[in-house]
Amino acid sequence: MKSTFRESINVALNNPNLTGALGRFSEAYRVGRAKAYEGIDFEAIREQIRDIKGAAAGHLDELAETFKKNAEARGAKVFRSSDPAEVKAYILNLAKAQGVTHVVKSKSMASEEIHLNKHLEAGGVEVEETDLGEWIIQLAGQTPSHMVMPAIHMTKEEVTDVFNNEVEPGQVPEIAKLVKFARGKLRSKFLGAQMGITGANIAVAETGSLVIITNEGNARLVTTLPKVHVAIVGIEKLVAGFDDIQPILTALPRSATGQLLTSYVSIITGQVPNTDGTPKELHIILMDNKRSDMAKDPKFKQALQCIRCASCLNVCPVFRLVGGHVFGKTYTGGIGTILTAWFDELKKSEDIQSLCIQCGNCKIVCPGMIDIPELILELRRRLAVEQGQGIVQKAIFAVVNNRRVFHAMLRTASITQKPFARDGFIRHLPFFLSDLTEFRSLPAIAPSPFRDLFKEIKQPKCKEKAAFYSGCLIDFSYPEMGQAVVEVLNKAGIEVVFPEKQTCCGAPARYSGAYEVAAQNAKDNIEALLEEDVKYVVSACPTCTVALKQEFISTFESLGMTEPMEAARKLAAKAVDFSTLVKQLVDEKRLTFKEAKDLGKFTYHDSCHLKRTLNASEAPRELMAKAGYQLSEMSECDMCCGMGGSYSMKLPEISAPILERKLHNIEAADAPLAVMDCPGCVMQIRGGFDKHGAKVKVEHTARLLADRLE
Amino acid sequence: MSPLFETFKARAEAVSAEVHRVATQREAFDFVIALLQEQGVREGGPGALWADGSFLKGSGRKYLAAEAPGLGFEVTREAAAEARVGISQMDWAVAATGTLVVDAAQVEQRLVSTLPPVHVALVGTSRLRADLPTVLKQLHPSQTNYISMITGPSRTADIERVLTIGVHGPERLIIVFVDDFERGNA
Repeated sequence: MKSTFRESINVALNNPNLTGALGRFSEAYRVGRAKAYEGIDFEAIREQIRDIKGAAAGHLDELAETFKKNAEARGAKVFRSSDPAEVKAYILNLAKAQGVTHVVKSKSMASEEIHLNKHLEAGGVEVEETDLGEWIIQLAGQTPSHMVMPAIHMTKEEVTDVFNNEVEPGQVPEIAKLVKFARGKLRSKFLGAQMGITGANIAVAETGSLVIITNEGNARLVTTLPKVHVAIVGIEKLVAGFDDIQPILTALPRSATGQLLTSYVSIITGQVPNTDGTPKELHIILMDNKRSDMAKDPKFKQALQCIRCASCLNVCPVFRLVGGHVFGKTYTGGIGTILTAWFDELKKSEDIQSLCIQCGNCKIVCPGMIDIPELILELRRRLAVEQGQGIVQKAIFAVVNNRRVFHAMLRTASITQKPFARDGFIRHLPFFLSDLTEFRSLPAIAPSPFRDLFKEIKQPKCKEKAAFYSGCLIDFSYPEMGQAVVEVLNKAGIEVVFPEKQTCCGAPARYSGAYEVAAQNAKDNIEALLEEDVKYVVSACPTCTVALKQEFISTFESLGMTEPMEAARKLAAKAVDFSTLVKQLVDEKRLTFKEAKDLGKFTYHDSCHLKRTLNASEAPRELMAKAGYQLSEMSECDMCCGMGGSYSMKLPEISAPILERKLHNIEAADAPLAVMDCPGCVMQIRGGFDKHGAKVKVEHTARLLADRLE
Repeated sequence: MSPLFETFKARAEAVSAEVHRVATQREAFDFVIALLQEQGVREGGPGALWADGSFLKGSGRKYLAAEAPGLGFEVTREAAAEARVGISQMDWAVAATGTLVVDAAQVEQRLVSTLPPVHVALVGTSRLRADLPTVLKQLHPSQTNYISMITGPSRTADIERVLTIGVHGPERLIIVFVDDFERGNA
């Protein structure tokens, strides 16, 4: 990570206007979006969009030709280009040929992508953005910080300054007055311009139509008043048929701003009359700029399913802290990272991709069903292949990957940590490591790892067996969680085995783009865990469970490894997370709860992988309720705690404020007990409360259930 | 029809549109005349513009011209830029989203609904449909070069996410449903 980038993160984090505005918006967005989708089957809608746009991405060239033919039959001129320089030249030449001196624009990300304004202005043409947010940032000489709300990072006072300095002095920081001022100033621009430039939200091949969506009404003026209309359309906006616009019109306003529909939707097909009765010149530029290359990449083709709603920004725990000037280039946030890597170049995404904490929030709200976290990991992998791993990272993986060395080191650590550890926590570390303990204490390494304690457990002999996959944290810091798992399973008549050769699940390597290391971890674990014929492979760490169930397979797929696939699938079928298995055993009446007792309130924190990848959010709540606890939900219960595995080590400055918010939400739930299913979350949240001196008890579900089952 | 109308009204009002319903064309004309008076529209003062439509056929135009001084029917760019009120007919109304849909290929339709600060949209109650797909089966790009959908007045939230009405388009959208729209004379 470049030091200038790190600096930009810190500037953003210390800008209370920015974090305040984004934070409040992200909270309101969640509510507004949910309300807008009431009565709508979001999953069905997004499957339709995936199918429509996925099919279009497979036939871009064909659709572009059909569009051209149909739009030209209605009087439009269609220019296809894969080269941004050519697009800019076409528009400037057209402006010159038509004697255009003034251009008004409605919002177009494609024009931002190629820096069109700069080119036209250098050519002597005055360009005015008319979307209020775009106008503000144009006047301020900035770039949009959000795809839908370009000026969300600015306060009304800052906007007032921009108007006073760049347009006309005497403005006051009252939003209604500022808007009225903009209306007045831009009205004369609309009436005076000879050319209007727009983007398009959808381009329909079947009819040659452009669909343009706005709230302000500026696109209607831009397409009505000037005599020439130029539309710049990225070819990923193409859909085959007119009916295909329906699901997009249903999802886009709901996902973008929580509206049922934007104020204005215009469907323009060919030429319309000008105000003097002459037919308006309509030029449509279908711009490729690497979109076809993207369509040919089996991993990244799905990114063309994006409808540019920016919901991936709005739900992102990192974006709401740093904003789009840090998290993105022209395109911002999760999808912006991916588009930057393609439309610009892979290297340009190097710093911004590292901001992704892999919480998966964006994946579940994406109306195009794009697996954004997975694609960001793929970028990480390709960057690692292109540039190699850092020396420190290499050294770490060399250790993690060597089971014996790793375990020996951790044992040594449990002794050498003594100067720093007290009652189970490490509260301060010296030198450069101090960042790690500044905002939360770290758990001390347990004196005996789970793998040693396991041998002491007396288990009943049972017909059914389960292998326990501990993961590093339970093995070395929280062995008591592993003991609880064994106790519960024994009560259900299941004997637990602990395959000694199990090793790191590979998540740290995978999330750093070191897929070869992750693949080796996967192979070692598959061999170890399938050695004995067990019915289940249980883990009490959701990240590990996801590795066993899904990521071993996808890592092999990414590397084109077919040979270990069969065994990986076999393991995946047996792998299950603790709460899901216990719920099943309770349903099967193999486990029963002790007589009801009022144990007081608890609040539940949904760990990212458990909720969004394993879809297990109800099981732990239900089990806790049966055990005798009353649920008191916290706000944003399924928002990441900021741990993200090694993320909290790499970017502690971002991890800390995410945790801060989580601690606040837990305290506001007014329960003495915070429960979760992930030892990583326990480490982060318990460590945070230890630093704050708060009295909330933080515990893994397994530990609480063990006492309450017969 | 009534539950659909109630849905439309609720949805449109939720996005700051004003929704009215009258029985006859004559009542609709009188509604507009009263509104123009209230807006201070007069001869030589702030004007109003009515874009051509079936509503003005028969004696409608004559009646309005006599009763509403300052109301014009010649829609030009200059007149629309000066007008206080723009009036036009809509082809369809969509209950699910409180949306109006119109064939706006004729530039006059767009001028009166974009430039003046107040837009009065008249629509036959019988043109109300449940959802957008139903309407887009009736009004297809093969028939017209510009389909315009309007849902509430112009809005922005670009400064501090505060909703502000009337940035570039109308700051008031007044929708008048007319029950006997199809039949004709005032």
